[in-house]
Amino acid sequence: MTVAMILEHLSIVLVSVVLTIMVGVPLGVCAYMFKGVRKVILTVVEILQTIPALALLGVIMVFFGAGKVTVITGLILYSLLPVVQNTYLGLNEVSPGIKEVARGMGMTRFYQLIHVEMPIAFPFIFTGIRIATVTAVGVAVFATFVGGGGLGSVIYRGIHIQNMGMIMSSTAVLMVMAIGFDTIMAVVERWLQRRFSAK
Amino acid sequence: MSNFLSLYADRMIKAIGTHFTYVIASVSIAFVVAVFLGILFSRKPSWATVVIPLLSVFQTIPGIVFIGVLFLYLGMVPATVLIALSIYAIFPILKNTYVGIIEVPMQYKEAAKGCGMSPMQVLFRVELPLALPSIISGLRISTVYTVSWAVLAAMIGLGGLGELIYAGVSSNNNALIFAGAIPAAIMAILFSTVIDLVRKKLIPKPLRGDGK
Repeated sequence: MTVAMILEHLSIVLVSVVLTIMVGVPLGVCAYMFKGVRKVILTVVEILQTIPALALLGVIMVFFGAGKVTVITGLILYSLLPVVQNTYLGLNEVSPGIKEVARGMGMTRFYQLIHVEMPIAFPFIFTGIRIATVTAVGVAVFATFVGGGGLGSVIYRGIHIQNMGMIMSSTAVLMVMAIGFDTIMAVVERWLQRRFSAK
Repeated sequence: MSNFLSLYADRMIKAIGTHFTYVIASVSIAFVVAVFLGILFSRKPSWATVVIPLLSVFQTIPGIVFIGVLFLYLGMVPATVLIALSIYAIFPILKNTYVGIIEVPMQYKEAAKGCGMSPMQVLFRVELPLALPSIISGLRISTVYTVSWAVLAAMIGLGGLGELIYAGVSSNNNALIFAGAIPAAIMAILFSTVIDLVRKKLIPKPLRGDGK
């Protein structure tokens, strides 16, 4: 295990989380704004989450071949649920009184979304991103099976050559990574909640 | 398609059977242990404050590591897979049982006690029924995860649908990947749907809450 492999794992996770946010938040907003597609979006992301990670990666590999693209696509699809769901629920839970006031002030629908509803929902959306990030650290381990590298390959090799040290050290790094993300993001979350609280 | 089926049907059916057995066996073991522990912790919340955070840390260990390490100790036996899967499946059920029971409003418990119920009666007639929605959600999460983790059984040569996926990935055979991945996905979705139905059947509407 080298620093390069840890960084590789970290970069897979970060790239897919950023892309997940770019795809997931707009999807959540769509589910909130347009009743017609709501059910479809929420059901599809839920089904995606249900599919076993390795099965999903295997199927994606058929289309994109072995490598990083497959891994990142798989991670995005797998992490969508918390982000989409929390965006939708967060927006949904903005109190009707506030929305009414925004409309009464003459805001357009879009202006109201960007300046009123999104800021209030943001802490909740961030919680979704936090869950997605921590899950992605674990799921990225599967990257090794579809040629994506990362810490999974160290673990896999360790199991094959029966090297306990290799398995344990890379597991420790993974745990530190997951718990580290979780802790840091929990702090940010609390700060956001104070900062953007509607009260 | 017919060609595909004639080639892989036998292997698929066998793999689906193995996979299904792994899931049912380990989730059943996990359910019994988890509900028992959940009830125990709800009686002793001071234990829970120590054990539950420890379990969350434990949960961040990837499944592959756990199966791998157990494999090095126990060897290539089905027990390796069953133990690893059960341990992973315990956590969501345990946590939901504990939280479900703890969150039963005080006044219900007080009222039950005031009616002269013994602690056992309060547990079985008041707390557990009210915690049931939460327990079943935990069961659903565990089951879906277990279908997913059971794919890893193939990593140590113990069959299941993972075997087809591995063989497909390593020999670049797309048909084999699909033969493993699609039944695995369908199995996970089916389990999730069935548990949702059970939940609807068991729990009266006002107690269901908004979530799943």
